[in-house]
Amino acid sequence: MLPSPELKISVPHSSPPCGACLTHVRNLGVRFGPQIVLEGISFDLRCGEITAIVGPNGAGKTTLLRALLGEVRHTGEQHFHDHFNRRPDRPVVGYVPQQLAFDRGAPLSVADLFAVATGHRPAFFGLAAVTRAAAQAALAEVDAAHLLQRRLGALSGGELQRVLLALSLVPTPDLLLLDEPAQGLDAAGLVRFYEVVARLRARFDVAVVLVSHDLAAVARVADRVLFLDRKLLAAGPPAEVLAAPAVRERLGLPALTKIL
Amino acid sequence: MDTLSHFGRPLLDLWQTLAGALPGEWAQWRFMQLALLAVLLAAPLFALIGTQVVGLRLAFFSDTLGHAALTGLALGVVAGLGSPLWAMLAWAVVQALLVTWVVRRSRAASDTVLGVFMALSVALGLALLSRPGHGGVQSYTGFLVGDVLSINARGLAALALALLVTLALAGRWFNALALAGLNESLARSRGVKVAVVQTGFAIVVAIAVTLNIQWIGLLLVNAWLILPAAAARLLARNLRQYVLWTLAFSLTAGAGGLVSSYYWETATGATIVLWAIGFFALALMLRPWVAAEKVLAARASDSPDAAPGS
Repeated sequence: MLPSPELKISVPHSSPPCGACLTHVRNLGVRFGPQIVLEGISFDLRCGEITAIVGPNGAGKTTLLRALLGEVRHTGEQHFHDHFNRRPDRPVVGYVPQQLAFDRGAPLSVADLFAVATGHRPAFFGLAAVTRAAAQAALAEVDAAHLLQRRLGALSGGELQRVLLALSLVPTPDLLLLDEPAQGLDAAGLVRFYEVVARLRARFDVAVVLVSHDLAAVARVADRVLFLDRKLLAAGPPAEVLAAPAVRERLGLPALTKIL
Repeated sequence: MDTLSHFGRPLLDLWQTLAGALPGEWAQWRFMQLALLAVLLAAPLFALIGTQVVGLRLAFFSDTLGHAALTGLALGVVAGLGSPLWAMLAWAVVQALLVTWVVRRSRAASDTVLGVFMALSVALGLALLSRPGHGGVQSYTGFLVGDVLSINARGLAALALALLVTLALAGRWFNALALAGLNESLARSRGVKVAVVQTGFAIVVAIAVTLNIQWIGLLLVNAWLILPAAAARLLARNLRQYVLWTLAFSLTAGAGGLVSSYYWETATGATIVLWAIGFFALALMLRPWVAAEKVLAARASDSPDAAPGS
């Protein structure tokens, strides 16, 4: 996985999004032993769109994400078409994990994180010029250029999530998976994080998948919502899905649509 | 062995000439010259591995590998091998693989699994060695305490080979290992084969620890592996500083411990570890200054984050 020297998408595109690249997921199922975690899940992810996955606890949201990552054995099919309608077997997937659990005292700088994740040269030799350029460009995209030399454990929650978002941009992803990325952020950090995500989606013409409990944020930033509870129960624009009585009941929300 | 002595002898002679020119009475002894070479080979090896062992919280794991040598030794003695080293290496690797596999498979906490394996190795080793005809357990205490006189040309060649192989592996896999240690999902999403990399590392640790047991002693070999990295971790702010500090502590403790053990007439392994503990204490005392810097940096960074839309 070599870093791209520059953070430009390799094919010309116009914003508004071209909408030409698609990820089809068909009939995806996951079982852990006898337990069926997900079954019959079919949906499309379009570039330039933010698709939010919502559902009650234990609905299989994170499992779906891990299946898309290829970390969990699953049935069903997954196809990716890029701008030229080619079908590369594996799209480049960027991934921002849920609340990265790590030793806060670790002697690891933001530059080190990019070095270990995006290059082969052992990180203790320092950052290769090409890796550094990619890291700086990616950090600039998320308003975090000033964080390059900082220790990872000394970052605030919001800074850490933006750094992880920047990392997921190297190499430029076709698909960006965000697992509860804003959990534990304060209000200001939250607003800023979603601003950045919305901006990246347009700029890189990437398909974003967002797993979140934060329905207010989902309603604001998502283009489409998938409501999941072992099966895919609803899909559509956020205003529609989040207003549906069946969805609200399962999420334990009052029937009125006041929060929207 | 012939090619080894063909190339190794002149190199070793050259080293002895160089080391013999060092000041001090200690440098005139052949065993001290060999021991110094062992320090210079083992310290970088341990520094490189130790940073990751500490980073991945594997200190207890590497400790069990030191104790695994007891069973390896016993198996070697029972099998009637002239040198028990091969049996020790083989058993250490087997145990490393077993532990890694059981920890991945079972839901038991890894320290519980490790405790069980440590008990197994010590118990099985002592049981076998205590059987009549093997000279009694007390004749193997040299392995517990370590013996500088046990260092020979073959051991040094093995150590040099281990260092070269480890450097080559680090050149390719250091980043993958560090990333897997940070977050396994993140590592997998970037194509790292987490299980393979971690199992491979377990084997490297097993070999590095076992090769140094005979002269450091199995009670303390792990301490020399862990302490320099633990001390460096208190001071370093990035990976480069971390590795460099670890290397400096490891080399200084090794060389300082070796030379002072000659004059103090103490066990070399124990003296090296005392030096390493000294560095750890020093790092602990210096940490407030380093930490103060961190707090200031963290405060400075909070301000731009608090103003959204900048």
